[in-house]
Amino acid sequence: MTPFSFVRADSLSHAIQEGRNPNTRFIAGGTNLVDLMKQNVDRPSRLIDISALDLGAIAERDGGGISLGAMASNADTAYHPLIKERYPLLASAILAGASPQLRNAATNGGNLNQRTRCYYFYDTATPCNKREPGSGCSAIGGVNRIHAILGASNDCIATHPSDMCVALSALDAVVHVTGPDGDRSIPLIDYHRLPGNEPWRDNVLEDGELVTSIDLPAETFPTNYSYLKLRDRLSYAFALVSVAVALQVDASTIQHARVALGGVAHKPWRDLDIEHSLIGKPADDATYRAFADSLLSQAVGQGANDFKIDLARAAIVRALRQAAAGTPQSQSNKRII
Amino acid sequence: MDKTVNPPTSNDLQIALTINGQGHTLVVEPWVTLLDLLRDNIGLTGTKKGCDHGQCGACTVLVNGKRINSCLALAVTKDGAEITTIEGFASGGKLHALQTAFVHHDAFQCGYCTPGQICSAQGLLDEGHAKTRDDVRELMSGNLCRCGAYTNITDAVMQVMLDGSP
Repeated sequence: MTPFSFVRADSLSHAIQEGRNPNTRFIAGGTNLVDLMKQNVDRPSRLIDISALDLGAIAERDGGGISLGAMASNADTAYHPLIKERYPLLASAILAGASPQLRNAATNGGNLNQRTRCYYFYDTATPCNKREPGSGCSAIGGVNRIHAILGASNDCIATHPSDMCVALSALDAVVHVTGPDGDRSIPLIDYHRLPGNEPWRDNVLEDGELVTSIDLPAETFPTNYSYLKLRDRLSYAFALVSVAVALQVDASTIQHARVALGGVAHKPWRDLDIEHSLIGKPADDATYRAFADSLLSQAVGQGANDFKIDLARAAIVRALRQAAAGTPQSQSNKRII
Repeated sequence: MDKTVNPPTSNDLQIALTINGQGHTLVVEPWVTLLDLLRDNIGLTGTKKGCDHGQCGACTVLVNGKRINSCLALAVTKDGAEITTIEGFASGGKLHALQTAFVHHDAFQCGYCTPGQICSAQGLLDEGHAKTRDDVRELMSGNLCRCGAYTNITDAVMQVMLDGSP
């Protein structure tokens, strides 16, 4: 690890003041940042410890919905009674990710800001536009089994690794940030970026800005939901493809639908227009197949990840079926029904 | 007893930790992980370094009662914390129920992952979310065992979970 200096922020204003300095990073759970620093992928000169800040609350919002503190752990969020009862899709997605130890340490803000697990991003001996802008993308034409099939660019085909963010995307969550220029609120679906020709920018957070909380809207989808995650082993692995589905179904007709994909793009993948086309359709396999075909119509494989297109198509159909039937995927017994 | 070591130099920070019930005042460089601090500074080598990247769970310890990967925690971020390592499980020459259960069920072969498995199992029991064997398997999935003793590890954890004794 490259040596650095360290300061404990004793207030939000102190953290923001410290964050004005160049090449600083905020550290919370550290489960991704410390690893990146060990690998010399990230070499900050100063860390600002925000773990003492009062940003850990999970609380009801006026007018409905829940506010998730940025410093609340992923585990405390997933097991919170209000989240389990009202947003089981979010609880399920969080519990599909990482391990109990990592979920105990990792925070909600950190989950949003974690970096890709592209092998080349982690391997400082190889070119990577995300790590060293302009150096090239080793994954294009390289080993790319885990890489993107949607929204990739000629500069980067990395995926965003979060499960939690896929559910937050489907739930229309809103991210609150603060920084040197004040506060702003960003819909989760606009928070993460596609790589384009600036793949080093994972999200729209500006230098010195800090996530303070994430709002969940009042709409909860407590019954017709599923988070289906497919990976190379049954637990403790990143998604090859994941699907978050939230539905309202009335007499076998879809009234409202949200579908977000994980593991397939540089951000949780949603298409609001195609989702809208589900409204009023019968909740059956023909509808689901047509929807999956539309959502994946622009999907492009890179060779080793071509299988993801068919895998995603099947996973979308299966997750919609699970959600419509009110039989969400269990994250404990992994049998897919 | 309080163990105090050298005064800080420019980059170093002073932290206080309670480790297995004993208070320690320590001066550490900010890049020292909790894992390296426990092993190299305190001499508690029961906690193991496996992958050093949060992918194997061998370094699992309890921090303020919660299981975490000590390899991914900078020691300076844990000022004031209470840490329990495998050395804190047995008391008065008597093995902890989980240790006895691991022996009874032959829940290891080489034993390298065992300290992390037992700390993780204690975390699982304290969290109280596991109700079934599937739950135990899933909620122990953060601890890899290269010898493949998973079935016996699950048996050991199930036994302590169900009746509190091996």
